[in-house]
Amino acid sequence: MAQNSRERPRFGTGWLPYALVAPQLIITALFFLWPAGEALWQSTSTQDAFGLSSEFVGLDNFTSLWGDSLYLASFKTTMIFSGLVTVCGLLISLLLAAMADRVTRGKRLYQTLLIWPYAVAPAIAAVLWAFLFNPSIGLVTYGLAKVGIEWNHALNGGQAMFLVVLASIWKQVSYNFLFFYAGLQAIPRSLVEAAAIDGAGPIRRFFGLVLPLISPTTFFLLVVNLVYSFFDTFPVIDAATGGGPGQSTMTLIYKIYSEGFKGLDLGSSAAQSVVLMVIVIVLTVVQFRFIERKVQYA
Amino acid sequence: MSTSALAATEIQFWHSMESALGDRVNQIAADFNASQSDYKIVPIYKGNYEQGLAAGIAAFRAGNAPAILQVYEVGTATMIGAKKAVKPVWQVMKDAGETFDEKAFVPAIAGYYADSKTNHLISMPFNSSTPVLYYNKDAFKKAGLDPNTPPKTWADVNAAAAKLKASGMSCGFTMGWQGWTQLENYSAWHALPYATKDNGFGGLDAKLEFNGPQQVKHIQFLADMAKNGTFTYVGRKDEVTSKFYSGDCGIAMTTSGALANIGKYAKFSYGVGMMPYDADVKGAPQNAIIGGASLWVLAGKSATEYKGVAKFLNYLASPPVAAKWHQDTGYLPVTKAAYELTEKQGFYAKNPGADTAIKQMLNKDPLPYTRGLRLGNMPQIRTVVDEELEGVWSGKQTPKAALDKAVERGNDLLARFAKQGS
Repeated sequence: MAQNSRERPRFGTGWLPYALVAPQLIITALFFLWPAGEALWQSTSTQDAFGLSSEFVGLDNFTSLWGDSLYLASFKTTMIFSGLVTVCGLLISLLLAAMADRVTRGKRLYQTLLIWPYAVAPAIAAVLWAFLFNPSIGLVTYGLAKVGIEWNHALNGGQAMFLVVLASIWKQVSYNFLFFYAGLQAIPRSLVEAAAIDGAGPIRRFFGLVLPLISPTTFFLLVVNLVYSFFDTFPVIDAATGGGPGQSTMTLIYKIYSEGFKGLDLGSSAAQSVVLMVIVIVLTVVQFRFIERKVQYA
Repeated sequence: MSTSALAATEIQFWHSMESALGDRVNQIAADFNASQSDYKIVPIYKGNYEQGLAAGIAAFRAGNAPAILQVYEVGTATMIGAKKAVKPVWQVMKDAGETFDEKAFVPAIAGYYADSKTNHLISMPFNSSTPVLYYNKDAFKKAGLDPNTPPKTWADVNAAAAKLKASGMSCGFTMGWQGWTQLENYSAWHALPYATKDNGFGGLDAKLEFNGPQQVKHIQFLADMAKNGTFTYVGRKDEVTSKFYSGDCGIAMTTSGALANIGKYAKFSYGVGMMPYDADVKGAPQNAIIGGASLWVLAGKSATEYKGVAKFLNYLASPPVAAKWHQDTGYLPVTKAAYELTEKQGFYAKNPGADTAIKQMLNKDPLPYTRGLRLGNMPQIRTVVDEELEGVWSGKQTPKAALDKAVERGNDLLARFAKQGS
């Protein structure tokens, strides 16, 4: 990291800095620390749906999770799902951003169209895709049938996974695109031109020059996308597949949602969310400790 | 409430009736509100059954519950378990001084929602349904089948579906709510228990037993149909309704409550048949068990509100209102008087098949284990059944393995519920 030798600006009074960060702290306490604490407490109890009676059971909820082979299977599903959403999402967005950066005509139009999906609610995005791939009346299904592919994601687990990954990526591409695009725009033209004069082709320029320069953006997006695929994708899964067929699209977050909100089993659901919270904390720490070292901040 | 003293008492009614059904609910509330000036029923759509129940519970926990909450039939054990959150309907009526004839209700419906000891109604029967067989008469004609005879047995269904396929239809037979139609109702219709302890009516320590040889045989039958393409699986819920009215599937087995939407959208003539049965099973057909939902009164409201609730619930059960609801929607008439009124009005003569659902209920007097289900964590058990059956339709596991696994996982859920409830 760059060293800052200049003296930092100082506030004259003692209370002002605290007052300025207070709103953020209050929001964090209210909407993160409190619910997280509540989840921790609930994970050690069983209670009826209405919360009328609750009993302390220690770590029972956790031990019964480790004995549940379907819970363990949902780890694998989550890894596959999150890996696909994050990696494919970033690659596609980067490609789109690089192409949008190169065009000279109709730039605005491309930007607008690419940013558009972000305004769509996740559940609606899922319904939209599920409709296109509807086993009997979907437009895409019709096209696939023409080339001899039978589509029924209510029955075929692989197709269901493809569908939720597709909907999740489509939803997130805009966000990624915006950051990549801004990152690409910020690269000084003179650098790229100098490389071009030195004889580097477009591919060489991209990998040797552009990619390292946008590595901070890529790292930031990697973290954001991983968190997105872990936490924010349950409306997509709920609307498109409901975790099925079987449990082939049952990710950890959807399992929490379906057991907590549909099954009304708050103890188990809370235990699962504690596990998920730990996983994401660990993943974030790993990313910042190991991957961030490769990132060059200009 | 901070409304002026002259204004009517507002009563929140949260429900899960969408589209054509939601319009009917709004109409009933509007009619009731117009009929008197003391109370105002405010119906609010809260998403599907699962979402509606979750919303009601969340609101209760936050101290902001509606007075009336519509809960699907599999949520019944959850609601009964929450004694302090619920005010039993008979109690509401008694406290409000309303005359309430519990004997007026169709026994097989009232039984599902009655206290198993006192036989008093805990919730108010509202929209009850049974699975029926919808068939496309135009497609039947085209396939060389008799459009006036719906398939009676499962063998008939298979044969008809094969002919529909041969006539160029892409989907012969389909069904929705598979756990409810193919296991819960299949068992009752064939006089088989779904769980021990009279399907849970006899106590919280019931165990599932829908993996008997006959049920396995039936799922195998459907699996074979799926394999040879006469049965197309399209989803866990009511996806089949649109598959039927769009003309994709020739025969669809789903809730009788789908009739309103089928009537609104189908552009061909259709018929309604009884649930198919296996002719070689002794005692079949027995009786159907209901699905749908009932209305629960939640605790913690004022005496004035409860008075309004009592008046509204009685209004719902009154013969003209209950009969019209039944005729408009395809849900069962919940009282005998509503059934008789509908008959007297000549509705069944004009609409053949509209009485199929009620005929299935009254087919035979229910056995102790065909009254219904009273099992905890039933929403999750349904999901378990969905998951395991999907493994069968896609050819990943055998029917026997799927049902055994579903029973085993379901029993874990029952044990968990018993622990939470105590």
